[in-house]
Amino acid sequence: MAKSRRSQPPVTASTLKNTFDRRSMVIGSIMGGVGVLLAGRMGYLAIAENEKYRVESESNRVNLTLIPPRRGWILDRNGAPLASNRADFRVDLIPERLKDADATIDQLGELLSLNATRVADLKQRVSEVSGFQPVEVAKGLNYDQFAALSVRLPDLQGVVPQRGFSRFYPTGPSVGHLIGYVGPANAEEYDEEERNPLLITPGYKIGKDGLERQFEQELRGEAGARRVEVTASGRIIRDLDTREDVQGDPVRLTIDGPLQDYAARRIGLESGSVVVMDCATGDLLCMASMPSFDPNSFSDGIGSVEYAMLREDARVPLRNKVLKGLYPPGSTVKPMHCMAFLKEGISPDEAITCAGGRRIGNRFFNCWSNHGRVDMAKAIYQSCDSYFYHFAQQIGFDKVADMAKLTGMGEEFPLPVTSQFYGTVPNASWKINKFDRAWEPFDTVNASIGQGYYLANPLQLAVSAARLATGRHVMPRLTMDVAPKGFDQVDFPDDHVRYVRQAMSDVVNGPGTAGRGRLPFADIKMAGKTGTAQVVSLSVSDGRTGPWKFRDHGLFTFFAPFDNPRYAGAVVIEHGGGSGAAYPIARDVMTFMFDAQKGLEKLNALEKQWGGTAQQRLDARYAAYAAERGEQVVTAPRRDEDIFDQVEAEARVDATQSEAIADDAIAPRADPAAVGTPPPGAITGDPATDPSASPSPNSSATAPPSAAPEPAQ
Amino acid sequence: MSRANAIVPEPIARQPWGMLVPLIALVLFGAAVLFSAAGGSMDPFASSHLIRFCVFLVMAAIIASLPREFVKFMTYPAYIGVLALLVAVEVIGQVGGGSQRWIDFGFMVLQPSELMKPVIVLVLARFYASLPVGLISDWRALVIPGGLILLPVAFVLLQPDLGTSLAIAFGGAVVMLLAGLPMRWFVGGGVLAAIAAPLAFFFALQDYQQRRVMTMFDPESDPLGAGYHIAQSKIAIGSGGIVGKGFNEGSQSHLQYLPEPHTDFVFATMAEEWGLIGGIFVIGIFAIILRWGTKVALASQDRFSSLVAAGMVATIFFYIAVNLMMVMGMAPVVGIPLPFMSHGGSSMMTNMICIGALMMVNRWNRNAPRGGLSH
Repeated sequence: MAKSRRSQPPVTASTLKNTFDRRSMVIGSIMGGVGVLLAGRMGYLAIAENEKYRVESESNRVNLTLIPPRRGWILDRNGAPLASNRADFRVDLIPERLKDADATIDQLGELLSLNATRVADLKQRVSEVSGFQPVEVAKGLNYDQFAALSVRLPDLQGVVPQRGFSRFYPTGPSVGHLIGYVGPANAEEYDEEERNPLLITPGYKIGKDGLERQFEQELRGEAGARRVEVTASGRIIRDLDTREDVQGDPVRLTIDGPLQDYAARRIGLESGSVVVMDCATGDLLCMASMPSFDPNSFSDGIGSVEYAMLREDARVPLRNKVLKGLYPPGSTVKPMHCMAFLKEGISPDEAITCAGGRRIGNRFFNCWSNHGRVDMAKAIYQSCDSYFYHFAQQIGFDKVADMAKLTGMGEEFPLPVTSQFYGTVPNASWKINKFDRAWEPFDTVNASIGQGYYLANPLQLAVSAARLATGRHVMPRLTMDVAPKGFDQVDFPDDHVRYVRQAMSDVVNGPGTAGRGRLPFADIKMAGKTGTAQVVSLSVSDGRTGPWKFRDHGLFTFFAPFDNPRYAGAVVIEHGGGSGAAYPIARDVMTFMFDAQKGLEKLNALEKQWGGTAQQRLDARYAAYAAERGEQVVTAPRRDEDIFDQVEAEARVDATQSEAIADDAIAPRADPAAVGTPPPGAITGDPATDPSASPSPNSSATAPPSAAPEPAQ
Repeated sequence: MSRANAIVPEPIARQPWGMLVPLIALVLFGAAVLFSAAGGSMDPFASSHLIRFCVFLVMAAIIASLPREFVKFMTYPAYIGVLALLVAVEVIGQVGGGSQRWIDFGFMVLQPSELMKPVIVLVLARFYASLPVGLISDWRALVIPGGLILLPVAFVLLQPDLGTSLAIAFGGAVVMLLAGLPMRWFVGGGVLAAIAAPLAFFFALQDYQQRRVMTMFDPESDPLGAGYHIAQSKIAIGSGGIVGKGFNEGSQSHLQYLPEPHTDFVFATMAEEWGLIGGIFVIGIFAIILRWGTKVALASQDRFSSLVAAGMVATIFFYIAVNLMMVMGMAPVVGIPLPFMSHGGSSMMTNMICIGALMMVNRWNRNAPRGGLSH
């Protein structure tokens, strides 16, 4: 062209033909070049990047779903399940995949006819959890609901219905504190386990509390996997292969399931705990703590109404009182203090005179009664305080404290539990450390009768009963795969043991403080020791009436048969108004142990008055509460763990209640075996009931009237 | 196709079998791919693909038999007619309250913008053939054809159909280039386009079109949105490897990961099952067809015939190149099907018109004495 511009040669048909030929050759070459380029590009994709794209194509095509492993069962000592699995239809939500969370939840609520509070709970939970964490909507659906939901799935993105297994606790609240419960893993747990994909599989639950959490790895099992071919829209074309899950190992406990259930139910309207041990092996046969929650209803998260109800209950249903209830042991420490006296060479026949109290140093300290001449046996069965003031002062309380520790006070046991409070055995150095104050004579006086700074949990009381009964250093065990321990260590000489056994038998079967605790068997006698622990001073409350929180704790440690102990244990009733609230329970539990039929007859009669079994009362209470308060409840903390951290913190605060009166000598109650009425709000069905109008155990044939004088000694 | 064989009758022997046999092979191969894209069934894609090919092959044969003077005579009326149809589409769309690209005649649904692709080539060839040779550097040689191109392009853009308007403009531009317009105009035009492109990108393109262009540069940036199509297409092609996954075994197409496995992305469907070998086969056949077309253009003795032939080749080439670049992630997703393989009547018709026109020019070449007069 440059040429043509310069010389302007005439454009002719042949120059145009030349231009055409030239330019079509160029265009043809460009086309060829593009062709080669395309072929090269394809070769690059198909050869150099083949591996990468083949993997991507496979990961498109194949969808791997984990099959949550069936959780191992938790069995009682006889192999009966305390926690098992039930096949059911369930629905989960994956918040991340929800398009319009509120609308979807509303639609689900209609389809599954969920109530309004449940829908509100779901909305809140979906907005709070991080995207991957599945939220359980409902379980135990019937087939019609499941089918109705499955049909509508294309419109319900993020909704995952499936057949699976859910945890089932046949005895519900009876094992709540002991076994714990299961729930979906939270973000921290997911991170802790290196983002194990199993943890975010819809429907998969891990142990959240108690033994479920403690034995998580054993119970978990191995996930199965299912490889399926899916379309882009997620429709499953066919199964490629399936690896079955491996069920988790069972954990066999030393707990006796029926006994656990019986004891939990026998606590009735009271708030307390029962521990029973096997004297020959150290097996924990029962660790009941009531009132409790129903672990069956916790597995889909703790609902806010349920949470509010449990929170507002003064009897703290969320606290495991066996391990985290700390109480002044009161007079239950007297037999082991006697062991200290015997060890220091004090003859059991050596007597003092109780003149309604005793002068220690330059001050007179009251006894709860005037016992006259008191030797060791009488000091135990009549629970004379003066005797213990005197001899504790004589040998020095540090020696008594060492003995108390030897029997299990202040001890943390090697048990597979998430946490246990180990209480306090006060002595001089402890007081200096804690309060920077010197040990005073009144401290010895208080501590010698298990008051003051003394704190123990029911498990420790049960272990001490077992050690006193056998003379061996019995160690408790909770699972059958641990060998019994401590039986080769003799703590007490046989003659001491025999003496104390007899004195403790007299508490129940002789002229003692628990005369109505006799077992209904001619040949089996129970030995025990009552205890009444004051939590406020005598001037605030008489310990039996008035505000529930100010009433005395009722305690009882026991073993049976007294001359050849097979079982030992402890019963603690919080604010029961005195030991009279505790020992009838121990009597019935032991009755059940030796004759289940007789025990059950008694329980059935009682439950008729109380308004059903523990499970029935909890359900009725929940229904009434939800009807009344459902609209205006506080929302549950976001994480279950927060709930239990809070409960634990409050338990620590509560344990210091009795410390406030330890600053001075504690004036003992006039009636050590007294009993109060159950706490307000403990009554089933109607949370608004006035406590004064409620039936109380006083009217029952099995508990002594609170004001009734104990048999004269 | 030289001396008639004694056995084969002359009218059959003189057909351009060197192009037709590969073309038929390609269409049959396309039917096989469509059979697989339908999940291993002749319906609904493969059977109608073959029927359409047969119908349009007859049409191509009719076109091939048209005399030169008749074609020349009909060119302008045809252009005006198709332009009127484009206006009609726009008017019907406006009245109907929404844009549309086709007119329903009852017995068939016609997309006039498709017809415009071969017609623009014809009309420009006709214009330059009748333009006095001396005027080729004159401004009228640029402005009048430019107007002839821009008018339909504007209507097609209104539809809006970026892919087809680009195809029309490309076909027209190639004819202008081959007609011998001064090179500096094209260079200037190229510079102008380079300046205009970013402006057009930001101001003229629809949102979704902008996204598609951006996606081309970084398909993984939006794997579930606009980049999904390209990413899945590349997975299909790349996972096919050298020999492919086997007939009817493509998981990307069968499990619906590949979008439009029977139309725009039919090449990916093919490549997944037949691998690089299938790809080379398809590209090779296209090369044979285009090479034959180019030869026809070069062999033509008059300007009209040569420009028509070259323009038709360019039109077919544009389809192939843009579609293949798109499925391999080198061009944005513009919605242009692959000739003779994609399922769809409009594209089959357009491409068979181009083939028919090439066969027509081929027949004129044979009948005209070599070195004969030019008009």
